[in-house]
Order: sequence, then C-alpha cells, then structure tokens
Amino acid sequence: MLHIVNKSPLERSTLDSCLAAAQPGAAVLLIEDGVYAATRGNAAESKLRAASARLEIYVLAPDLEARGMAQALAEGVKPVDYAGFVELVVQHKNCQSWL
Amino acid sequence: MSEGQVKKIMYVNRKAPYGTIYALESLEVVLIAAAFDQDVSLVFMDDGVYQLKKGHQTKGIEVKNFQPTYRALDDYDVNKLYVEKEALEARGLTEEDMCVPVEVFSAAEIGKLMDEQDVLLSF
Repeated sequence: MLHIVNKSPLERSTLDSCLAAAQPGAAVLLIEDGVYAATRGNAAESKLRAASARLEIYVLAPDLEARGMAQALAEGVKPVDYAGFVELVVQHKNCQSWL
Repeated sequence: MSEGQVKKIMYVNRKAPYGTIYALESLEVVLIAAAFDQDVSLVFMDDGVYQLKKGHQTKGIEVKNFQPTYRALDDYDVNKLYVEKEALEARGLTEEDMCVPVEVFSAAEIGKLMDEQDVLLSF
C-alpha cells in the first residue's frame, strides 16, 4: 500500500506514526512540508534511511524545489513529479494519508 | 461500486476530540456510511485514542458531547473498533479507560489491517 506524509517531521509526529505502522514493502511518499524529512542534515534523515531498507521512500520533487531543497535530497529517496505521484496511487491497492 | 459488493472500509482517527472538528466529522461520516452495509472498521491511533476516553463533560466549553454516539455504533453493526497499544501507553491510558468495547493492537498490527482494506478514510 501507499502511505502519504505531508507534515514536517520536526513539527508533527506523523512520519513516526507512519513508519511504525507501515509494513515491509510498502511505499511512503513525502509531500508538502513532509519533504523536509528527505533532506540531508534533517534530524529525521537517519530514521528515514533506516526505514528505506524495508520501505520504498519517494518525495514529490516540486515540493522540494519550491522549498529550495532539491539539492539537499537525501540518499535512498526517489524523487517523483506529479505524474509519478498519480502513478504511485494507481500502482497501489490502497492509500493512507497521515494528516 | 457494483451492487452487492461489500468493501472493506477503515476509518483512521488520529486526532484529539474537541480541539479540531475531525473527530466529530469522522463520526458523522461513519454513521452516514453505515447505511450502505459495508465491512467497516474504526481505528484510533495517536491522539485519536482520547476520543474514546471515558467521561467527556463538555458543558463548560459549550460544545456538543458526541461521546454517547460511540456507544450507538453497535446498533448500526459497526463493532470493529481497534485502538493502538502504544498510543494508550504514551498517554497513561488502558483499555479500561475506553468508553466502548475495543480491541487493542500494536501499530504494526494495525498496519497489517490497513493493508487488507479496499478504502481508508483519514481523520
């Protein structure tokens, strides 16, 4: 299944909630303020890297770019555009948004 | 949705009850959707477990106390209520603090249940 996180990991605990529930092989897409988790030097970077061993981690590139963070994309995270976002939704059976 | 096809629908409740409108809105949607005879379950995670904490008294804040509605869910055949174990523990709560019968599962177990759903609605 696909999990979507849209909050900064330093402002809210939604990323932690998502990672605690997500089953091996699931996809996690970071959008809006959630993209900060996928940037080098962010306090959440290490937990995201650890999670990437069992989960597919994606980030919405336009949201990274809008925040001036495109060059800071952490290793192991795959950037997608809006078409890629739609593709992820279509590929997976269901989807949970961690509002 | 073709006629007669039963879908597994999970409502994911993750917010405390009166600070925002999410909890009440979720309950409203659950009651409306209950008319369609689907395979419904409700999950309470994170601050969402506070929605079921016994003893809401809302007179002082002049807001409708919707807690009694949770007790009515069983009348609508909505009786799969799952509560996150870690969320209870982090808030000093136990299953006995819940206002309705629930099943307590770990976040990972709830994640497995999520995998099985056709539709998840997040509040």
